[in-house]
Amino acid sequence: MENRAIFSGRMLAYLLVLPQFAISLIFFYWPAIQALWQSFLVQDAFGLSTEFVWFENYVNLLRTPEYYQAIGVTLVFSAFVVVLSLVIGLLLAVMANHNVTGVQIYRTFLIIPYAVAPAVASVLFIFMFQPGLGMIARAWNPILNGTHAMILVIIVAVWNQISYNFLFFLAGLQSIPKSVIEAAAIDGARPVRRFWTIVFPLLSPTTFFLIIINITYVFFNTLGIIDTATGGGPNGATQTLVYKVFQDGKVGADLGGSAAQSVILMIIVVVLTAFQFRYVEKKVHY
Amino acid sequence: MANVALRNVRKAYPNGFEAIKGIEFEVVDGRFCVLVGPSGCGKSTLLRMVAGLETVTSGEIDIGGRIVNQIEPADRDIAMVFQNYALYPHMSVYNNMAYGLRNRGMPKDEIDGRVREAARILELAALLDRKPGQLSGGQRQRVAMGRAIVRQPKVFLFDEPLSNLDAKLRIAMRVEIRKLQRRLNTTSIYVTHDQLEAMTLADILVVMNGGQVEQIGNPLDIYQKPATTFVATFIGAPPMNLMPMRYASLGLPDGTDGVIGVRPEDLEVANDGAAEGSIAFELTVAAIEHVGAETYVYGMRPQQGDADTISAKPGEPPPGEILVRVPGQEAPAIGEKIRVLAPRQKLHVFVDGGRKRIEL
Amino acid sequence: MIEHRRFGNLLPHLVLLAGVVVVAFPVYLAIIASTHDNSVIANGQMPLYPGSHALETYWHTIVSGTQKTTRQPVGGMMVSSFIMAVGIAVGKIAISIISAYAIVFFSFPFRMTAFWIIFVTLMLPVEVRIYPTYKIASDLHMLDSYSGLILPLIASATATLLFRQFFMTVPKELVEASKIDGAGPIRFFFDTLLPLSVTNIAALFVILFIYGWNQYLWPLLITTRDDMQTIVIGIKKIIDVHDALTEWSVAMATAVLAMLPPVAVVVLMQRLFVKGLIETEK
Repeated sequence: MENRAIFSGRMLAYLLVLPQFAISLIFFYWPAIQALWQSFLVQDAFGLSTEFVWFENYVNLLRTPEYYQAIGVTLVFSAFVVVLSLVIGLLLAVMANHNVTGVQIYRTFLIIPYAVAPAVASVLFIFMFQPGLGMIARAWNPILNGTHAMILVIIVAVWNQISYNFLFFLAGLQSIPKSVIEAAAIDGARPVRRFWTIVFPLLSPTTFFLIIINITYVFFNTLGIIDTATGGGPNGATQTLVYKVFQDGKVGADLGGSAAQSVILMIIVVVLTAFQFRYVEKKVHY
Repeated sequence: MANVALRNVRKAYPNGFEAIKGIEFEVVDGRFCVLVGPSGCGKSTLLRMVAGLETVTSGEIDIGGRIVNQIEPADRDIAMVFQNYALYPHMSVYNNMAYGLRNRGMPKDEIDGRVREAARILELAALLDRKPGQLSGGQRQRVAMGRAIVRQPKVFLFDEPLSNLDAKLRIAMRVEIRKLQRRLNTTSIYVTHDQLEAMTLADILVVMNGGQVEQIGNPLDIYQKPATTFVATFIGAPPMNLMPMRYASLGLPDGTDGVIGVRPEDLEVANDGAAEGSIAFELTVAAIEHVGAETYVYGMRPQQGDADTISAKPGEPPPGEILVRVPGQEAPAIGEKIRVLAPRQKLHVFVDGGRKRIEL
Repeated sequence: MIEHRRFGNLLPHLVLLAGVVVVAFPVYLAIIASTHDNSVIANGQMPLYPGSHALETYWHTIVSGTQKTTRQPVGGMMVSSFIMAVGIAVGKIAISIISAYAIVFFSFPFRMTAFWIIFVTLMLPVEVRIYPTYKIASDLHMLDSYSGLILPLIASATATLLFRQFFMTVPKELVEASKIDGAGPIRFFFDTLLPLSVTNIAALFVILFIYGWNQYLWPLLITTRDDMQTIVIGIKKIIDVHDALTEWSVAMATAVLAMLPPVAVVVLMQRLFVKGLIETEK
């Protein structure tokens, strides 16, 4: 950065940065600070007075079973979606990397799910899985059956994320020098062995990166899916941490608790982002 | 230990382009064969066909008496050193060398023995725990070689392994490779575009151009008796001078049209003195280069009409220019007219558009 | 890959084909459903090939919507979505590119602080600050307005990062030559930098348009009037009738329309899209 050519003109520079700065301040930082502040407050039943209660809201949260349920739901949801969408994405990328004719056509189809809004994807699957349509057994009932509901949202989320993982894995595979693969072939490694001993280790930066991105996706971008498909139900079976903030806030009863949840989520994002940037630095160089 | 034989090997791509046009030669067990030629001549493609990394359209590749066309690279019992080394970036030097042996199910102690022995020969013992990213270019190159020699294969294949090294290192490694090969006595095929490397390394030299073999033989034989103008100007540096036939009377049948060649080192500046058994011609000095032990004198032939010249292509000397290597540091002045002698037995004559050599 | 089996390429094709089927089937189904009459679907007798009601259904959907739920023709929703998506994409690109320009090509106190402040917004996705942000927007009278839909989402660290990274690869000789030629910072920006950045801008536009079009949470909160709804929100309302019969053909037509612009953009500008995706994640 030291060796830059620069223009003089501080006024101009400040003006240029102003719009983004202003918006960040007004719509990002100020709300975040408010959330932080509110998490330390408790409102009385009528919303008239507020009291500073240090970490009481947080402690209360950790005492509510619903919160633990939300944590559990989020973890289960994440685990399944991350594993399934990574495995499928990787499988498709490996196949696409085989110098297959017409790979462009396959790729065009495979990136479609990325462009579909999570909420819309959800609608597609709800339609497909309707008992009335006859595609699925009559016993399917995501409205009443918690496990079915979870399966539904998992499937939608995985479908939605396949494209992203596929594209990044493909890029990662293509960045492995062909000569290294050839050397491995000459060294007696059959395709499967080559994959596990050479390709997969060299893909690990990409894999790690995608794990973080997928976790972030499940935590934060699946709200549309849940809202459209299950509304968080039945009985909180699909209520993730973010969805809980959303629902609790709609009701508007516990400002402090809702804010505390938001702050906890903020911390999680910070940790995830920190991991992400740490690992992106470590990309393997050839 | 094995012979490698190529019989009428051809490679054509689906779009019709013929990369290799029917090549035939044999490398006897233990010999060092060098494929040399300009970029795009097909030498790397040919090497990769021997390795099994490219398909053979027709013809046979025979390693140790076995036709290997359909056999996978892993089963051909060969080892290859790539131009960019292709080391496994995530493995230590030790594991890079052990990988191939592990894939073949060799017992651990045997692997360890071979790896350490190779490391000793190549002076890599101190580096065994490092990863390729922590090594210099020369060190990586040695690891690539180590990976090849632990396998004790029938054939070594080298794909321009020295191209990525700086000049000094290249010369040092060249000698090391040759010594190593002699010691191990493994049949080797080595690809390079550098004619000097080719001359110094080869037992058998295969000069290639445009997918075909221009000449095969002992390097010195090729140097002394190039078969075509391509070989004549490719092998030997600075390159041989070429001039139109009618420029000297050589006692050939009338109407023979062709090209005369004479190497810069075979020319002598002799402003007086007898021209017995030599052809003499006048040159006007256009440029001088002092390289220390000798001097390059660039002289222009007097132009005689416009059909005199052989048209120059990029990278070739301008028409009418003759280069003379003069030992020592004394040289004529620029603009001076000098007389240069070419002994008759040092002349090379090529007819048929430069594709055929005739003896005087 | 390297091995030359006769049937070597069969496996990749099979797997990829299976992948494409899984990926495309839901979309295909939706398209089919939107071309049939609703009663056929409700009876569970919908065939797997297109029906003949396409024109009718789409017209109905775009122009009149479903009677019971949205009261808003989908056509209007698409306009809403479009304005929002383009607004977000253009907005993000505009304010990020000038911020990145300032940070890379100028020197001023708190330069790096400004950068970090922008960078940290990466860690504050809208989902973690929804209600406070909503309250602020509401206080600023931005509810049910396009500015409310667009502004709170356009401070983007990713776009700024991308442009900054790109600008840092611009050879400094270019700037120096410009200065010698008498160009000031504004001239340089418009005459030199902007033209150089066109591919990056295009790639980003694709990504951000999709991001904007597919927004769910924020538009849900900030729009209450029916005519401000975006199509991605509207869809939920169409299927939200629990006991009454959902008009599936309309719902699916809406879904298809909701998917159409982003999918079209991605497919037609594939190369740019992939480039944008990969660049923004570095």
